[in-house]
Amino acid sequence: MIGRSLPHEAAALHVTGRALYTDDVAARTPGLLHAHPVQAPHAHARITRLDVTPAHQVPGVVRVLTAADVPGVNDAGTKHDEPLFPDEVMFHGHAVAWVLGEDLESARLGALAVEVDYEPLPSIIELTDAIAQESFQGARPRLERGDVSAGLAASSHVFEGEIEFAGQEHFYLETHASLASIDDDGQVFVQCSTQHPTETQEIVAHVLGLSSHQVTVQCLRMGGGFGGKEMQPHGFAAIAALGARLTGRLVRVRLTRQQDMTMTGKRHGFHAAWKVGFGDDGCLQALEATLTSDGGWSLDLSEPVLSRALCHIDNAYWIPHLLVDGRIARTHKTSQTAFRGFGGPQGMLVIEDILGRCAPLLGIAADDLRRRNFYVDDQPTPYGQPVRHAARLDRAWQQVLDTSDFAKRRDEIARHNDQDPHAKRGLAITPVKFGISFNFTSFNQGGALVHVYKDGSVLINHGGTEMGQGLHTKMLQVAATALDLPLDRVRLAPTRTDKVPNTSATAASSGADLNGAAVKDACEQILARLAPVRERLGPDIAWEDLVRHAFLDRVQLWAAGFYRTPGLSWDASTMRGNPFKYFAYGVAAAEVEVDGFTGAYRVTRVDIVHDVGDSLSPLVDLGQIEGGFVQGVGWLTLEDLRWDTSDGPSRGRLATQSASTYKLPSLSEMPTDLRVELLEHAADDGAVYGSKAVGEPPLMLAFAVREALREAVAAFGPDGAAVELASPATPEAVYWAIQAAKTRAGKAQV
Amino acid sequence: MSTDPAANLPQAPVTVNGTVRSLAAAGPAVNALDWLRGIGLTGAKEGCAEGECGACAVLVARPGLDAPTEWTAINACLVPAAALVGQEVVTAEGLGTPEALHPVQAELAGRGGSQCGYCTPGFVCSMAAEFYRPGRAEFDHHALSGNLCRCTGYRPIMDAAAALGAPSADDPLRRRTTAAAPLTRPVRLTGWVRPGSLDEALAALDGPGAVAVAGSTDLGVEANLRGARPALLVAIDQLDELRSLEVGADFVEIGAALSLSEIERQLAGRVPLLDEVFPQFASRLIRNGATIGGNLGTGSPIGDLPPALLALSADVVLVSRAGERVVPLADYFTGYRETVLQPGELIGRVRIPQPLAPMSAFHKIAKRRFDDISSVAVAFAIEVSDGVVGRAAIGLGGVAATPIRAAAAEAALVGQPWSAATVQAAAEVLSGEGTPLDDHRASASYRRAMLRESLLGFEARSRLDHREGA
Repeated sequence: MIGRSLPHEAAALHVTGRALYTDDVAARTPGLLHAHPVQAPHAHARITRLDVTPAHQVPGVVRVLTAADVPGVNDAGTKHDEPLFPDEVMFHGHAVAWVLGEDLESARLGALAVEVDYEPLPSIIELTDAIAQESFQGARPRLERGDVSAGLAASSHVFEGEIEFAGQEHFYLETHASLASIDDDGQVFVQCSTQHPTETQEIVAHVLGLSSHQVTVQCLRMGGGFGGKEMQPHGFAAIAALGARLTGRLVRVRLTRQQDMTMTGKRHGFHAAWKVGFGDDGCLQALEATLTSDGGWSLDLSEPVLSRALCHIDNAYWIPHLLVDGRIARTHKTSQTAFRGFGGPQGMLVIEDILGRCAPLLGIAADDLRRRNFYVDDQPTPYGQPVRHAARLDRAWQQVLDTSDFAKRRDEIARHNDQDPHAKRGLAITPVKFGISFNFTSFNQGGALVHVYKDGSVLINHGGTEMGQGLHTKMLQVAATALDLPLDRVRLAPTRTDKVPNTSATAASSGADLNGAAVKDACEQILARLAPVRERLGPDIAWEDLVRHAFLDRVQLWAAGFYRTPGLSWDASTMRGNPFKYFAYGVAAAEVEVDGFTGAYRVTRVDIVHDVGDSLSPLVDLGQIEGGFVQGVGWLTLEDLRWDTSDGPSRGRLATQSASTYKLPSLSEMPTDLRVELLEHAADDGAVYGSKAVGEPPLMLAFAVREALREAVAAFGPDGAAVELASPATPEAVYWAIQAAKTRAGKAQV
Repeated sequence: MSTDPAANLPQAPVTVNGTVRSLAAAGPAVNALDWLRGIGLTGAKEGCAEGECGACAVLVARPGLDAPTEWTAINACLVPAAALVGQEVVTAEGLGTPEALHPVQAELAGRGGSQCGYCTPGFVCSMAAEFYRPGRAEFDHHALSGNLCRCTGYRPIMDAAAALGAPSADDPLRRRTTAAAPLTRPVRLTGWVRPGSLDEALAALDGPGAVAVAGSTDLGVEANLRGARPALLVAIDQLDELRSLEVGADFVEIGAALSLSEIERQLAGRVPLLDEVFPQFASRLIRNGATIGGNLGTGSPIGDLPPALLALSADVVLVSRAGERVVPLADYFTGYRETVLQPGELIGRVRIPQPLAPMSAFHKIAKRRFDDISSVAVAFAIEVSDGVVGRAAIGLGGVAATPIRAAAAEAALVGQPWSAATVQAAAEVLSGEGTPLDDHRASASYRRAMLRESLLGFEARSRLDHREGA
């Protein structure tokens, strides 16, 4: 069963509209209350008066929730810096109260009727302003190896530069949704679109002043998560639960797209200042950098995101001397959070940008420069972990060069570019090395509950959540393989905190590794108990008969499985250790064509070889690779978060807060020719059935597109000049880069 | 008007997946999506509530061009539920079941076309509309231009589309296309009226707070995102008087209530400039609802049709109970979202004078190729005789409070030789037209640059075409 190409386990439900999401359950539940937020129209302000009484004049309004209603802790996070009901508005759109109505219209009108007086306070919107004003929060990690000053001094070529690049809105198609109810015993039941049911449970419990065993959270499935539902759902679930607790009725919280975009965190934008040294051979000698992430108004997951950024600034490259400082800016924006890659993409963007900018100045082709700097097997990363299987990256790289006809096409492109003054093409190849496991060692545990019923049918629960990534499909395959049963004998039940407790977020690409190993453990426990029965009855005994006899023999037919990733260590204070079980590798080559009149471009061909170990489920993995790649292309080229940075009345307002203004890739952005292969002979002995995690790493294959754009832009100007490219590289950004290239002399500064 | 055309329709019937349902209980502010979800059909989803993501797409049976009935995909989130009265609707649930998948569903499911599955029912409906399009030779990817997927990267969805065969002869939805479309009948509900004639519509529009609605692709956004709740909606999209299209010797005249999809197919390439606009105008889902009259009626400073229609020197024929008047489109826009339209007045037809200028082009500058709003839109219609520019009309969107003609740039071209030098000079003039702003779509300086580059690019391509044609 493992390794078979199967459609998503719920595909037939998806396509027929039968698959239920949290708010579909709400739509089928009569008599529930609807919640609507009162959103502040200031980036930073003190609330001087909050009068909810006018809302009660609106027909249908049942209750208005404010800080005074919180029986437990008024906090929506785990760091006690995210008041659920604030007295100080920290970003434009911050919810200061919630109105419950018999229908959404009455709740909406009630929210409009709530009167709030604000005393506006100075606000910081731009990351560079936060840096200038030293507005920072949280830890200031430093990653250090060797002697960076000596390394720079010994380098033949030293360059320095800066880059600021944008974050990204998750834009899961399903916005945040929760549905809460209270039973006769005061038990709270919250259905929630959450990647982290356990933490949702904990936040709901502490807001309500309850213990965890009084709160159950269930996640049926999510309409996309991408990290945006790792920490962000908790507050909304708490609002629903608080409303249910106070009214005794079912309460639904479901954000509109604009509410979701203006209230929830996004991928962190970063600023980086760097100084790099190369030897005459193009080998990296030293890198000194300061990375500042835009954390928004509260810490949220900004610290671990920053750690991962620092741990991925090397990407695939050996850098002997390195000193990287990390800082988290506090700005008056949404609290930026996890997003597929979790800082890894941001760290890698910095080094890929450096190599792309410096290659022309070194007189070395960018692809050659990259390959010259690859790690070799067991060379240590800056944080001290040996790079196991580095040769696989080299193998994938060569495979892409070969199958994409890279050298031949580059010659063709050069000829085309010589002849066409208005349209230039670019071709680039980039690597991905991505560490798998949560940096924080304790999170690397998974749990499962496997039931074998008397009729031989099997029911699995595990701690992971399904957001479209195919985790449940893989878990069914793992269980069927472990028990040696046909797939239709195994069923999977929705994720619930009363089935598998104390779970980690389904995040860090680790869902299949952790939960798969736990499911396998549970299955193996059951098989071990069945073994004596099988021995007695003979090896040919049918599964159903075996189970029936085992039951009569009083054999326990269910088991709790558990897994903790072995061999991990991490010291956050020194930024050293072996935080990752293994590295996932990938290589992409991309070709683009850029229109010189407008800066508009097309991605014409992409070749990818990606390492998923021995694939558990090839169709699922292929989907993750392609989808992650396109999402990365969106981040780097198209998706454009714009906040109002004026001093006007809507300062701090997210200007791109809807689907009409925030553009994610549509099928028009799909590469004309997309070829994806899985790296062969790539089994990893450390993970379940030799497989590797696949959720996040492919996103970073998209750097090939950004670097191809840089190559194409360069073709508009003289050889040997560095090209600076904004991120996202929108058509406008590409146009300005072309104008700069056209007016630039060769061998300019970076 | 005292007739109550809905008196014999007590229960506001809508046929959904073959079953007659009543929407009498739905209030006037309820959109089709919320109504469908409220009766348990939760396959259609809200992803954006502004017709951008297509998660809410459903099929409606409409009069067809190549068959008596065509299954047309629309955004259910934008359309008032009341607009469905008397109509036939099919949702993803109605196409197939997990045990008996529809061909579109089977291809999508089997090829990994769904991951999280939230956008999937909408894709299924958009894809099914294309599946049933009469005379379809191959799958037109523009059918999916209004559907967003955040998970797959689209490749398996495109593969599923490409793998579709033709509907089988006994496919009930295909058979349905051979019978007449549902009759359009007058309807009157609280807050909603579908008049039986233009005269009745004009009478209804005289009432307080009455607003005309056709495809509702703009009004639906106002309702969903900004809480617009007009007192009375007067549906004009099915009025025969507003749905004619005539190509004459002197004019091409287009009825205001024709959807962009209908216009595209009925014109069949006879106005090449508009043919360049259509595939770039929003998405198929929107074009199936949005009308040419609505596009001008909203008075957007960008639009995409207005710059093209300005370049075509179009007139609008306005109708009211007092009669008709003809206004040049260049005089129609009076300010930001303001026009010469008087209360009680409707756009009846759009009139494009013939003959058309032989050289034309539409340049849309946007971040995304499909379904994006222009930061700048430029339309050219130019005639060159004996190497000299005889006439030049340039329409611009996105550079002023209204769509405008680029009068100074036109003057810099007319009477001059069609040469690189002329175009270079005129392009500089063009870049100074209007008063472009900095906003989240583009900077003012990029907008100005794009005005200039659009003319340079137009000239470069016309030379290339000339060479290749020679």
